[in-house]
Amino acid sequence: MGNVKLTKLSECAGCGAKVGAGALAQLLSDLPSRHDPNLIVGFDTSDDAAVYKLSDDLAMVMTCDFFPPIADDPYTFGAIAAANALSDIYAMGGEPRIALNIMAVPEDMDKAVVHEILRGGYEKAAEAGASIAGGHSIYDKEPKYGLAVTGLVDPRRMLANAGARPGDVLVFTKKLGSGCVTTAAKGGLATEGQVAAAEASMMTLNRYARDIMVAHECHAATDATGFGVLGHMLEMARGADVAVELDACAFPLLDGAREAARLGILPAGMYRNRHFAESEVDDGDVPRDLIDVLFCPETSGGLLVAVSAEDADALIADLRADGRVPCAAAVGRVRAYEGGKRIRVRGE
Amino acid sequence: MQIDARGQTCPKPVVLALEALSKLGPEEFLEILVNDEVAVGNLTRLAEEKGCELLVAEKDGCTSMTLVPRTAGAADASAEAGVPESCAAPGIGQTVVAIGSDTMGRGSDELGRILVKGLIYALAHREAVPKTMLFFNAGAYLTCAGSESLDDIRSLERRGTEVLTCGTCLDFYGIREKLGVGGVTNLYTIAEIIASEPIVTSI
Repeated sequence: MGNVKLTKLSECAGCGAKVGAGALAQLLSDLPSRHDPNLIVGFDTSDDAAVYKLSDDLAMVMTCDFFPPIADDPYTFGAIAAANALSDIYAMGGEPRIALNIMAVPEDMDKAVVHEILRGGYEKAAEAGASIAGGHSIYDKEPKYGLAVTGLVDPRRMLANAGARPGDVLVFTKKLGSGCVTTAAKGGLATEGQVAAAEASMMTLNRYARDIMVAHECHAATDATGFGVLGHMLEMARGADVAVELDACAFPLLDGAREAARLGILPAGMYRNRHFAESEVDDGDVPRDLIDVLFCPETSGGLLVAVSAEDADALIADLRADGRVPCAAAVGRVRAYEGGKRIRVRGE
Repeated sequence: MQIDARGQTCPKPVVLALEALSKLGPEEFLEILVNDEVAVGNLTRLAEEKGCELLVAEKDGCTSMTLVPRTAGAADASAEAGVPESCAAPGIGQTVVAIGSDTMGRGSDELGRILVKGLIYALAHREAVPKTMLFFNAGAYLTCAGSESLDDIRSLERRGTEVLTCGTCLDFYGIREKLGVGGVTNLYTIAEIIASEPIVTSI
């Protein structure tokens, strides 16, 4: 298989390759939309996945996500891409059932490398309890991999990102900073340990956080990916017409993330996210490098959950006790929106 | 040193700049050409993190970013750490320059003013800057608002030159409030500097 370095083949890293939220809204603005009463979550609320009601207690959740290499090792890349695609189902409170591969590979790429990417994807899907039932592959100069995933959810218990209520506590379930660390790694400026920790975090399924979350009194959830934690937070706040107070220092961070931000090793997605969301964000006294991390695109980031204040401590305790969500932390509160900026971030 | 990072995407421009900064000799600076906003944002952060002075200019459809390491900062740091003078930051010479007039030499005042301005400019652009510059009598005008040499003297100060102006002189001319660079001193300090430093040049 040789010593392949997959990230050398990609322009953008992971979810940093995502089209900005502002540009996307513009692209979708005047397209014809068909009304179907069973499509209970469509693209109009900027949610994680589409939800189609089949019966009063069963709905289909659909999503699709793929990107160029974010890790040098093909197996790791495949597993991260799959975990990231599956995450949107979990962010709706659903369970993935079937998935289809989406793949682009250079014609001359070593077959063993392609096989390793797929093995990462298949093993991650199996861990999620989903079957990969097919897919589509094309030739392309830059490799890309991901999944289209279909899952199931009880529509009465689904966690749209618009359900947050004033008083709720916001809980985040992974360390933040995968976008910064992977960008630093691309420049050869991250240590092996920092890269390994970021990759392990991105490979971790949000399944474990989801399974615990649905057993608690949660009102809304989303996952932190391409729009950065602040971009996704803003979508949540707008969707529920609430305001949010965040404690920037409460977010557990991946080692090396702030150092990368200080040195200016930030992907284009950070600037796009900042541009899209900053008019709604009051970041007062928060140091810029920390705000940069909060705006930076995440890949396969944690779930951002709004849980009733009475149940917050129990949720966090259960998440941490599980062993696979050791970094879960309360990071803010939902407030009633009284005009002005929707997101207030407190600093050190 | 000059780097052309046009067309390079993140994190390449920062990686190139970091590498170049580590190789810069004393008094050297780095000019890097970029043509996207991400690189501009990232290099601005890098300049702050590395304590460099940053000059940004638009140039033929791209952006020129000049990062000037602050030697002055390094000098302060070594002084605080108690490093002997011989180990002081490179680029700071041993000379004390004493300037007692806003003109240079005898003859035409107009020419004298041009000469003093040119001299300070030249000092500011030498590899090694003077250790101390003393301004007294009409020389005090040079460190005050309105002086055409103000920017050069500020640049000298940033690079590590100690800039001192005679307080009595500032008061005599009524320009103390206009002082635009450096500190205020008195004749005792000036006497001590002149007596203890090996190389004093009077203008």
